[in-house]
Order: sequence, then structure tokens, then C-alpha cells
Amino acid sequence: MRKGTLRQILLITDGCSNHGEDPAAMAALAREQGITVNVIGVLDQDTIDENGQREIEAIAAAGGGMSQVVYAKQLSQTVQMVTRQAMTQTLQGLVNRELKQIFGSDVSLEDLPPDKRGQVMEVVDELGETAALDVLILIDTSGSMKTKLPTVKEALIDLSLSLNARMGENRFSVFIFPGKRQHAEKMVDWTPRIEELSAVFPKLASGGLTPTGPALREAIAHFGRKRSLRSWIGDGDEPYIEESSL
Amino acid sequence: MVMSHTLKNRLCNLPPGTVVTGKWHGRSYRLLRRLGSGANGVVYLAESSGYRVAVKLSDDYASLASEMNILRHFSKVQGVALGPSLLEADDWRSPLMRETVPFYVMEYIDGENFASFVRRRGKEWTPVLIAQLLSVLERLHEEGWVFGDLKPDNLIVTEPPPSVRLLDVGGTTLQGRAVKEFTELYDRGYWGLGSRKAEPSYDLFSAAMVMIAACYPGHLEKKGDGRSQLFKIIETDRFLAQYKHVLQKALDGRYANAADMRHDLLAASSRRLAAKNETKTAAPNRRSGRQVKKRRKVGGVAETVLIAALLLGAYGFYIYWQLTM
Repeated sequence: MRKGTLRQILLITDGCSNHGEDPAAMAALAREQGITVNVIGVLDQDTIDENGQREIEAIAAAGGGMSQVVYAKQLSQTVQMVTRQAMTQTLQGLVNRELKQIFGSDVSLEDLPPDKRGQVMEVVDELGETAALDVLILIDTSGSMKTKLPTVKEALIDLSLSLNARMGENRFSVFIFPGKRQHAEKMVDWTPRIEELSAVFPKLASGGLTPTGPALREAIAHFGRKRSLRSWIGDGDEPYIEESSL
Repeated sequence: MVMSHTLKNRLCNLPPGTVVTGKWHGRSYRLLRRLGSGANGVVYLAESSGYRVAVKLSDDYASLASEMNILRHFSKVQGVALGPSLLEADDWRSPLMRETVPFYVMEYIDGENFASFVRRRGKEWTPVLIAQLLSVLERLHEEGWVFGDLKPDNLIVTEPPPSVRLLDVGGTTLQGRAVKEFTELYDRGYWGLGSRKAEPSYDLFSAAMVMIAACYPGHLEKKGDGRSQLFKIIETDRFLAQYKHVLQKALDGRYANAADMRHDLLAASSRRLAAKNETKTAAPNRRSGRQVKKRRKVGGVAETVLIAALLLGAYGFYIYWQLTM
């Protein structure tokens, strides 16, 4: 069994984009390239406006991922849960595809007798534990998000605690938007240790625009850049799990 | 995943009397009342051909299948019951809902929630129940698993005699992997006291937290340095202070296995009992356990000296008697 790398973008925002392309379209673009997009909406005391909520759901649906709207306090648990569940979902999708190849036609986990599902899930659990995972965290720092950043930081450190307990390798990268010059600015390049984040967070300044779509586009490009760079080194790593055989 | 929200709501509010029929095996279960609901499903008390069982319904095929794997594995383990035993798995094509709902049927454990039992019967039951829990955990660890989501809600006390059992196996993880499910308050990662790797010491941390939470009045929440906060709680609570060494060692992850922690916990309990009896009989005014112990020790020494003196005297007398003869 060859192992591939699961690739995710985790978008943390608190509302509507107001600049550039439709973020849902960018999320769909990511999905086409084998990258899952998960979205977490952060509330303060107030409720999120309906447009913001709709956009969050639309981005996750287009990106093949999950969405959750939570209060800042619950962020830690939500971030790790969403990431893990999205991994399982992706892996399950892959296993379902394998099942279709074996049994032909439309066979998925749901169509198997309940007693047989366990065997399939053992494979999914095993993959979830051992697969390599790349997560690009994209943080909205515009407007009211600024006060929530300490909580976001805590949640991300908690996420690395959960993921680093796995047997598989993890790599994190952190982008914020809007950036000083570009739409999104790289804070931390691919690293297994998210703790490096603590150093960069206090320097953040926030602007008025919320270019969620363009920021997603740049996030996708960062996955590509990493890959081309590594192919130069001749690492021989699988590009994405879609191509790995089970 | 977004769509599952409404389905979950409906699953949580099925009226009593609803009949759940499996499409694979054809057996029917009449729901009596809801027992509880969690992140990935809802459990009902149900009745089927005169027997009472627990039925877990979920909208998540994957997590339900994972749980059944664990339950099935534990039913193979002989001796102590490590969780409820699995009876059947099936799918329900409900006439009310468009989707097919997977479910499994397990043994119904009739008992009282851990927290309410301790509230009703008194704090002194916590070390007893935790010691029982540690025996169960020891078996589980020997089998190569870690329970993971250990908390009062996942413990049930059956009677008589009061004995503790594990309930929800959703967090149960193979050792060496990442803990599947956890609850912040009982998670050592949250308190900054260790990783989320599934190893015996992960469960032992949670066991210590269950004991602390049972004795802590009010809402427990991390503030600043988790370790010193918890240590302070143990030291300032008169009941917990008696178990200080066991609890602190467990929080620091210094127990390699459940048996060692159980041994120390029982030792601390019996020390406490001895001290209590002594204060009742010997001292009218209250003394701390340690002082009483010291007094007992002094008494013991005096006793030995007295016996030795008597023996020596008797021997001397014997010699004298021998000589004079």
C-alpha cells in the first residue's frame, strides 16, 4: 500500500468577503486539485449575519469539506474535530471509490451489510492514522477578527497537539489575509511544528478589505509551489492521495 | 455534513413508542425513552420481544461502524465486561425520514450516572469507584487499547453492590495512535500536561481528573498554568489532599500502569481510615493524620521496649535462680 498526502485548507473567518473572486468558486478549484477546503466561522457574542453564514456553507460545500460556526471559546475543539472529520470523509470517499472498482456500479459503505462495514472502517481508520497531512491555515485578520486572534492561536496550537499524536507526518503552513502587499501573506512556511506561530502573531495589522476568494487562490498556489520545489529535490513523494493505490 | 443537522435533531426527538425495524435482519425495537445523546449519535432505551436493550442511532455510518468494531472486539475479551456487549447491527428505513438510518443494538446497563451517584452517596465513594475503574482500565490496557474519552458521563454505577462500568466506547483507541475522541476537561493536552497519544497514562490522567471534578464544587475551567492550578485544588481540598500523592503522580503521567495507581489509591484510602479511627478513639481534639501516625509509632516503640525489659528481667531472674540452685 503506497501512502499519499491528504491536503486541506482550513479557512478561519467571521463573515463576508467583499473583494475579488467568489470564494466558493476558488474552493471548487481547490477541490479539483485534490485539496479539501474546511471553513470555521467564529462568532463573538453576537450572531453571524445570514450572508456570512451562507457564504461559509457555500465555500465548504464547493471545497468538499466541512463547515462549522462557533463561539470563539469552542474554537479549539472545533478546529481539531473539523480537521479530523474532514480527513475521515476524504479517506472514506477514496475507499468508497475503491469499493466501486471492486464491486462495480454504485456500492458505497452504506450499501454494505452492517457487519461488513467494520472491515472497511478499519482500513479508513488505519489510513487516517498513518497518512501524511498538509494543512494550510488561512486566517481572516480583517475588522472584528482581530480581537479573536489570541483564541485562534491557541486553537491552532491545540490542533498541532492532536495531529502530532498521529503516526503520520504533518505539515502546517499559515497565511493571513489581507496581506500588506498581496491578498494573502505567508506567515509560516511548511513546518511540522505549528508552535513557531507564537512569534509571528503579535505583528499582525488588520485592514478593511476581506479578499477571501483571492486569498484562497493564493493558498492553492502555495500547495503547487511546494510540490514543484520538492520534485526538484527529487523526493519522490506522491503528489496527492487520489493517485495512491490502496 | 451540513445537511445532517436537521436529521440529527429529528433522531434526538423520536417520540416514545416509535418502532425501529431493521432492513437486513427484520427485527423490531420499540423505543421507550432517550438515554443520552453525543457528538455522533443518540441512544434510546428500547424493548424487543420482552427484553430491554439500548439502541444507538446515528447519521454517521463511519463512526458507528468504528464503534461496532470496538464493541465486537471487547465482547471477545473474556472475564470482565469492558463495555456494553453488542447484540445486533442494522439499518432503519424510517417512513418519516427520507434517509436510511444505521443503528446498533447493545446490552442495556441499568444504573446511575457516576456524578449523581457520588452526589447522593457521598465523596467517600469516589476512591472506591475509581479503584474499580482502574481494574477495568488495566484489562483494557492489557488488550492494547486506551479508553480515551474518560469522563463521569461515560461511567455508570450499577447496584447492588455498587460497581462502575464503562459506557461510550467512541473514544477507544489502539495504543500508539492519536486519541480519537476526548473532552477538554479530562484531556491532558488541554491542561498542558502531555500529548494526545493513546497510552495508559492518558487514561490515568483522566481517572485522576474524574476524582478531582467529583470533589470540586462549581465549574472547573483552565486558568493560566494548568498544572499548578490543579495541584492547588488538590492541596486546598481536605478530602483530595489525602490522595495528593496519587493524584499528582497521575496528573504528571508518572504511572506506567493502572495497577500501580490502584495500589497507591487503596493504600492512601486505608491510611485515611486508620487515621480516622485513631482520632475517634484516642484524641478528643482533631489532629491531622500524620501527627496521629507519629504518636502511634512512639507508642509502638514503647511497647517493644517494655516487652524486651520484661523478657530480660525474666531471663535475669532465671539465671539468678539457676546460679543459686
